[in-house]
Amino acid sequence: MARQRKPKLAVWKFASCDGCQLTLLDCEDELLDIAGEVDLAYFPEATRAVSPGPYDLSLVEGSVTTPHDAERIQKVRRASKALVTIGACATAGGIQALRNFADVEEFTRVVYARPDYISTLETSTAIADHVRVDFELRGCPIDKRQLLEVIDAFLRRRRPNIPRYSVCEECKRRGNVCVMVAHGTACLGPVTHAGCGALCPSCNRGCYGCFGPAESPNAASLSRQLAALGTDADTLRRLYRNFNAGAEAFREESVRHEP
Amino acid sequence: MSRRTIKVDTLARVEGEGALDLTVRDGQVTRAHLRIYEPPRFFEAFLRGRDFREAPDITSRICGICPIAYIMGACRAMEQICDITLDPQLEALRRLVYCGEWIESHALHVHLLHLPDFLGCQDVVEVAKSHPEAVRRGLRLKKLGNELIRVVGGREVHPVNLKVGGFYRLPDVERLEALVPELERAVDEAAATVSFLAGLDFPDYEADYEYLALRHPERYAIELGDLRTSAGVDLPVTSYDELLQEEHVRHSTALHSRLHHGGLAHLGPLARYNVNHDQLTPRARAAAEEVGLGPVCRNPFKSILARMVEIVLAFEEALRIVQSYVPPAAPAAEVHPRAGTGFGATEAPRGVCYHRYTTDARGVIEDAKIVAPTSVNQKIIEQDLTGVAQAHLDLSDDDLRWRCEQTIRNYDPCISCSAHFLDLHIDRG
Repeated sequence: MARQRKPKLAVWKFASCDGCQLTLLDCEDELLDIAGEVDLAYFPEATRAVSPGPYDLSLVEGSVTTPHDAERIQKVRRASKALVTIGACATAGGIQALRNFADVEEFTRVVYARPDYISTLETSTAIADHVRVDFELRGCPIDKRQLLEVIDAFLRRRRPNIPRYSVCEECKRRGNVCVMVAHGTACLGPVTHAGCGALCPSCNRGCYGCFGPAESPNAASLSRQLAALGTDADTLRRLYRNFNAGAEAFREESVRHEP
Repeated sequence: MSRRTIKVDTLARVEGEGALDLTVRDGQVTRAHLRIYEPPRFFEAFLRGRDFREAPDITSRICGICPIAYIMGACRAMEQICDITLDPQLEALRRLVYCGEWIESHALHVHLLHLPDFLGCQDVVEVAKSHPEAVRRGLRLKKLGNELIRVVGGREVHPVNLKVGGFYRLPDVERLEALVPELERAVDEAAATVSFLAGLDFPDYEADYEYLALRHPERYAIELGDLRTSAGVDLPVTSYDELLQEEHVRHSTALHSRLHHGGLAHLGPLARYNVNHDQLTPRARAAAEEVGLGPVCRNPFKSILARMVEIVLAFEEALRIVQSYVPPAAPAAEVHPRAGTGFGATEAPRGVCYHRYTTDARGVIEDAKIVAPTSVNQKIIEQDLTGVAQAHLDLSDDDLRWRCEQTIRNYDPCISCSAHFLDLHIDRG
């Protein structure tokens, strides 16, 4: 009987910190098994070897911030049967989307002595703003278990089992005391996508929204509650304007608290 | 006139995006450019206007491999502005979580990114076919480094539990104590790995580097120290901007750095090993001695040994800290905003990582400067590329290309970090 061809996995990087693709290499117990099941056809952070496309599954990390990358993502899409974005940069533009609220020329002058050497777009945008995306995995960084679930699901042609409710649900399930109710700590848990396992409240700090907006978030209502607890408009704006500042629900809410 | 060009458009097994261009004319290497095209992300610009307490979490996103280096550099600078010192046990916890990052980052580089070069393999998966036990051992060590970060910091990439003044929550003593037997075993396994690596074939190349590392009066500097070079420069971190000056070159989105006298600084494990050799922990020292690694090492290809010796050291330090830990009264010192300028430098896995912030009386950041170790190392990497390529012009294009890549990987370049920060193009004429 002919042996079935191993599915080809590709990992692509755009503007990012590498933390999400590192999450794959952080699967120390599973890494060699994964490499046994799939052909690591393109994954520069891990291998020199390059196999040509098409790729059965492309994982895309990072946001689009340069004219060159805006073209490159089109090529990645054409070479990929399924394309999954991994992390806040790829799904919402990442922390570098803070430029979307500012003058990028001024940003370039702040950092670089020769701005004329720098080629950059005015915005940092999510991959879905440029091409069709088959699934978006959230988090800054993504969660290891969720990443394995998504890879497994796509290779078996089933839907990934990734809940879209809020961090609050995970927090309750862990039996945490609510940091907002008990201590008056500003917490984005009610509007933030689950996946981290309510890490921050478990450390007695408020959620800082690194998984981006949950399904149907009511950010305006949360802001009223946070304001009642003494959070000023400036702090509210900064709370939403972080790693997922480019996600629509957070962007909109941050704009409402502009001076 | 003969001309030979060698190019690598996408450097593999490095963190981030870079390329290499090498040009050889009439038997002389005339150009060796490490091109960094990682898109700029403008951290220093968007930190302006943010609250001083936000800097650690924001700057951690510069790098997913060494987030603790950024978190801690930012914390140090802000704590200097706020004029606070931490309880010694909180300082010990910081060193502990930083040991976790050294182990995780070094074990990744040694086994997954650098070792394949020495064995002629494309990647760790291929290495695992010929050396399965070595790879499994490496992954176990890496996993334990990550576990240390999780126990103290909440998660391995972008930990959430560190802040200006200390921690949000003290780690569970039971979880720390449960690590002791694993840490004891890891010291042995890491020492055995040093011996294994010493059996590799190291290309014959040495250079007269000026090593720059932090120096602490009592212990091998990780989370704290003054600036010290192998040429005898001894300066406080507040003098960093006088010691190293940045310049912007066309072929890199990472700024280059030069020492004040115009020379180049070499940062990272080999620099630390040379500057702080007298402070190695007992098992780390024994492991180095056993393989004949003396107090001075000038072969950059042996950085893999220095990195591994540092893993031994980090496990020993982690063990010592866990065994002597007494929970402090509070997880953090209280911090209040103040106007001022603060400086923070720590030893990231790849070398000295520098932060400088100016805040106003409300704690709002007015100015930020961050220098990642890889950006400082760019020029040294280019100097090594010239030297190594010149010595190996007899190699075929493919072999020379690979040797050049290995030369770059000696520095474990973190390109994501340095763009403010590579592809190899070899032009042989």
